[in-house]
This record gives sequence, C-alpha cells and structure tokens, in this order.
Amino acid sequence: MFSRTLRHVVLLLLAAVVLFPFIWMVLTSLKPPEEIYVDHIRWLPDRMYWIENYTRAFTKAPLAQYLLNGVIVTVSIFLLQVFVNLPAAYALSKLRWKGREFVFGLVLACLLIPPHAVAIPVFLLLHQLGLLNSYASLILPWTISVFGIFLMRQFFMTVPDDLVDAARMDGISEFGIVWRVMLPVAYPALTAFGIFSLVAHWNDYFWPLIAVNEQALFTPPLGVVHFRNDDAGTDFGALMAAATVVITPLLVAFVFLQRRFVQGITMTGMK
Amino acid sequence: MKTLDPIAVKQITKVNWAPFYLLGPAALLMAMFLLGPLLAVLGLSFTDYQLGAKSLNWIGFENFIELYHDKNFWRSLRNTALYSVVVVPTSVLLGLGVALLIEAQKSFKDFYRTIFFLPVMATLIAMAISWQFILHPSFGFLNLLLKEFGLQGHNWLRTEGLALWVLAAIGIWNQFGFNMVLFLAGLVSIPRHLYDAAAMDGASTALERFRLVTWPLLGPVTLFVVVITAIRSFQVFDTVAILTKGGPSKSTEVLLYTMYAEGFEFFKSGYASAVTIVFLVIVLALTLIKTRYLEKRVHYV
Repeated sequence: MFSRTLRHVVLLLLAAVVLFPFIWMVLTSLKPPEEIYVDHIRWLPDRMYWIENYTRAFTKAPLAQYLLNGVIVTVSIFLLQVFVNLPAAYALSKLRWKGREFVFGLVLACLLIPPHAVAIPVFLLLHQLGLLNSYASLILPWTISVFGIFLMRQFFMTVPDDLVDAARMDGISEFGIVWRVMLPVAYPALTAFGIFSLVAHWNDYFWPLIAVNEQALFTPPLGVVHFRNDDAGTDFGALMAAATVVITPLLVAFVFLQRRFVQGITMTGMK
Repeated sequence: MKTLDPIAVKQITKVNWAPFYLLGPAALLMAMFLLGPLLAVLGLSFTDYQLGAKSLNWIGFENFIELYHDKNFWRSLRNTALYSVVVVPTSVLLGLGVALLIEAQKSFKDFYRTIFFLPVMATLIAMAISWQFILHPSFGFLNLLLKEFGLQGHNWLRTEGLALWVLAAIGIWNQFGFNMVLFLAGLVSIPRHLYDAAAMDGASTALERFRLVTWPLLGPVTLFVVVITAIRSFQVFDTVAILTKGGPSKSTEVLLYTMYAEGFEFFKSGYASAVTIVFLVIVLALTLIKTRYLEKRVHYV
C-alpha cells in the first residue's frame, strides 16, 4: 500500500508538526522584539538577541531559584520514596507474616486513588500541621508511592530467596538486607521508577499550585506561569527563553537515556 | 499453594518485628496521605465546610442536590466528556497509525520514536505557553500562516465554540506519543510467523495482514490504551488552568478545574469535595476496567 518513500514523507510531516512548538519556542527566544511582533512569518532571527532574552528571563524573575526549587523538590521526593517504599516492598515480598496479604490488598486499593481526588483533605491536613507554603508541603505528600511499592514488590518477587537467605546466614539484619542485598539488585526497576518520579514531579503543576503561594518556593512550572502573568505578559522573547530553560534539563536527560525514559514514563500507564 | 520453606518457618516461629519497622513509615504515610484523605473527602462532601471556617455542619446530600441543579457543573461535566470524546479516539488512532508506520520502517525507528515522544515528557506548562504564543491573535504563527493563504485568523483561545477544540488539539499533541509507545510494544510482541502464515493463506496486501493478524492481536492493548487515554483526558487541568481559565463564558470549564476553583479559589471545601466524588467515581470506573485487563494479561503471560 504505502511505498517506503510515502511512509517517510508522512512521518516527517507529522514529526514537523509535533516538533513545531519546540522549534518556534526556541526561535522566538533568540529574536529581538521587532522581529517577534510582526505581521508576517519570519523564521530565523536577523539580529541575534538571545543573550538579552535569556538574561531577562533570569533577572526579571528568580528563574535560577525556581530551577533550584525544582531540583530540591524532585530529588527529595525520589530519595524519600526510596527510603519509605523499598523496605515496604521488601516486607511485602520476601518476609512471610500474618496480615501481609491484607496490607498488600490495601496497597492495591490505594493504587486506584487518583492523586487529584485527595488534594482537598491533604491541603487541609497540611494547613492544620502548619506546613503549607514550605518545601515539606511540596514533598511530603509524595513520599508514599503505592505505585513504587507495587512495582518494587513485583520486581523483588523475581529475586531468588537464596540470595536473601544467604545474607541472613551472614548475620545481616532485615533492614541491612534491604539496602545491601535488594537495592543493588533492584537497580534497573529503580532507575525506571526514578525517571517516572522525577519527570512527574518536575512537570507537576496542580499540587504546587495548591500547596505554595510564596514566590521563593515556586517550582519551575509555577515560576514560568507567574513570570507570564506578572512580569513578562507580552515580553514573548524572555518568556520563551524561560520556557526553554524549564524544559531543557529533562530534554537533555531524555536524549541521553531515551530507552529508560520511555520505559519509565510509560509505566505511568500501569499505575 | 506454595509450601513453606524451612527458613520461612523459622521466621514465623520467633516473634518477628521486621515487617513492622520496615512497613511502618509507608503504612503511616499511606494512612495520612491516601486512605485518610479518601475517607475525609467522602465525609466532607456531606458537610458545608468552608476553608477557614470554625465549624462545619452535616448537611446530608445537599451538596449533591446543589450539584444536580448547578448548570455550571453540568457544563463542566459535558465539556470534560466532549474533550475526552475528541481526544481519546484521535490520539489512540494517531498513536496506532504512527506505530504501524514506524514499525514498517527498517531505518530511523528510534529517530521517529524520540520525536513523537517529546511532547509526552516535556513540561506541559512550558509547552502550553509556547502554544499560547503560536495561537496569539496578532503575532501568532498560526494566524500569520493563515494570512499567507489569504484566510481569516481567529482569536483561538478566546472564542466560544473554538477554545475547547483547540485545547483538545493540544491534548492530542501531548498524548498520542504515549499511545504510540504502548502500541509499538504491542506490535513487537506479535510473533513474526503469524504474518508468514497469513501470507501463505493468501493475505497478500498489508491491509489484509493488518485485518487478519495485527488488529486481533492488538485488541487487548488497544482497550488498555483507550482506557488510559480516557483517564488522562478526564484529568485535563494544566492547559485549561493557564490558557483559558475555563473561559470564554465557561466553555472550557472542565471537572478538575471546577474542583480547583470551588475548593481553592472560592474555598467551598464541602462543595468541591462533592465535585471530587463525581470525578473519583468516573476515574475509578475507568481504572477498574484497566486493572481487570492488567490482571488478565498477567494470567496469560
């Protein structure tokens, strides 16, 4: 039906459409105002203006602070997720105890809860605890990941019991086994989960919007929206520069770790 | 049933505290941030609680009755459904089409896959701002392009009857790459020899091979992809919140945005909880379909 060339033509055209918002964003971030506010299409900048645009993005808004907040929040969430959920997954897979099936059932039930659905009570809880408007409010609700527990448990089930038993013979405590035996083995599953977690929380807008209203705590998505609303409403050059900066870290990581990214993010579907 | 191995028996015979301290933090956080809040949102939906109020009253089903008579809520539900009805089939078919085209290639597979996957992982908020500029009524690329062809431009995001379609288009752009990846995985798992067998039975055209082999074997994956896309579409929020704020005149108000506005802009926690319950029931129903499928797949593999 389709000849080879025709297939490539279709795919390339579609690729151009898909890439267009990225390309146009970057091109605009390089242009001076007189080439942005025009009445006909101008592709490439005649006069390079990127230094000015990117400088304004970083000086008119605390963009560096936003990026730092993004790193603090996403990295803290991931590390705490490992700390909280890996031992739980181990207890649900390699230890035999009464009530295990019940607890695992609860984990499966929690998998069904969409995070948006609990936003109001979690907000009220953090308000009661006096934690709103803090890094804690951005991080704490995500430290529990039932999806992480589920995923790691499934992975641990495939790890031979002999490995665990040998460690017990060596006198390693159960807590020690989690970190010294299971963690190294879990590396592939943990990488996929880590990418999923980092991408989800770097990009999240809904929860930070609810949890913080202090500019110093804004994550990159909040920050770039605030920049648009307050400082750069019509300064599209600087705004596109800020948007480019916000997507760059993930994009660069993606190019280097493609397969793992695709694997990690499509896991959300299993959630 | 598995038989217990000796080590496990030893584990049971002495009091073993390990599960408790290993599970403790996770169990506590699960109660605090998932199970507790889930019960709380259900409870709140039967109260008149307003954020910051000193007390709250049990008002039975009044929030739900108000919801039933709230034109705005129905509009929001209808918009969400319409958005999903547009986004789900389009992004599923596009995902499938692209996956089939890519799979038929010998070269550049990774190249195409990477490009189509970019919108899935790039920060949607930042990309929505880029879209906003493309759709700008005076300086936006789209209107300038239409002008080149002598066509009339539009104020895409501020025109009733147009804005929701534009948001749906952005939703499709954002989601179909995700579906493509799932379809690609499904296609790879179809055994080659089935195609040879179909060819021997006289299926000579690509279309026939698709009808006889690919489509039936891709059926379960397709169901799965449809449900996931539906769940994601029902959770549309980011683009609405920053591009239209539900406007113009509520024509792009969607369920999560209604919940957000009622709960966090008007501080009507009780009422917003009732909206949440409706959202929860719909998403839960969809999730159960998906889980059913996942369980089945686990059994077959």
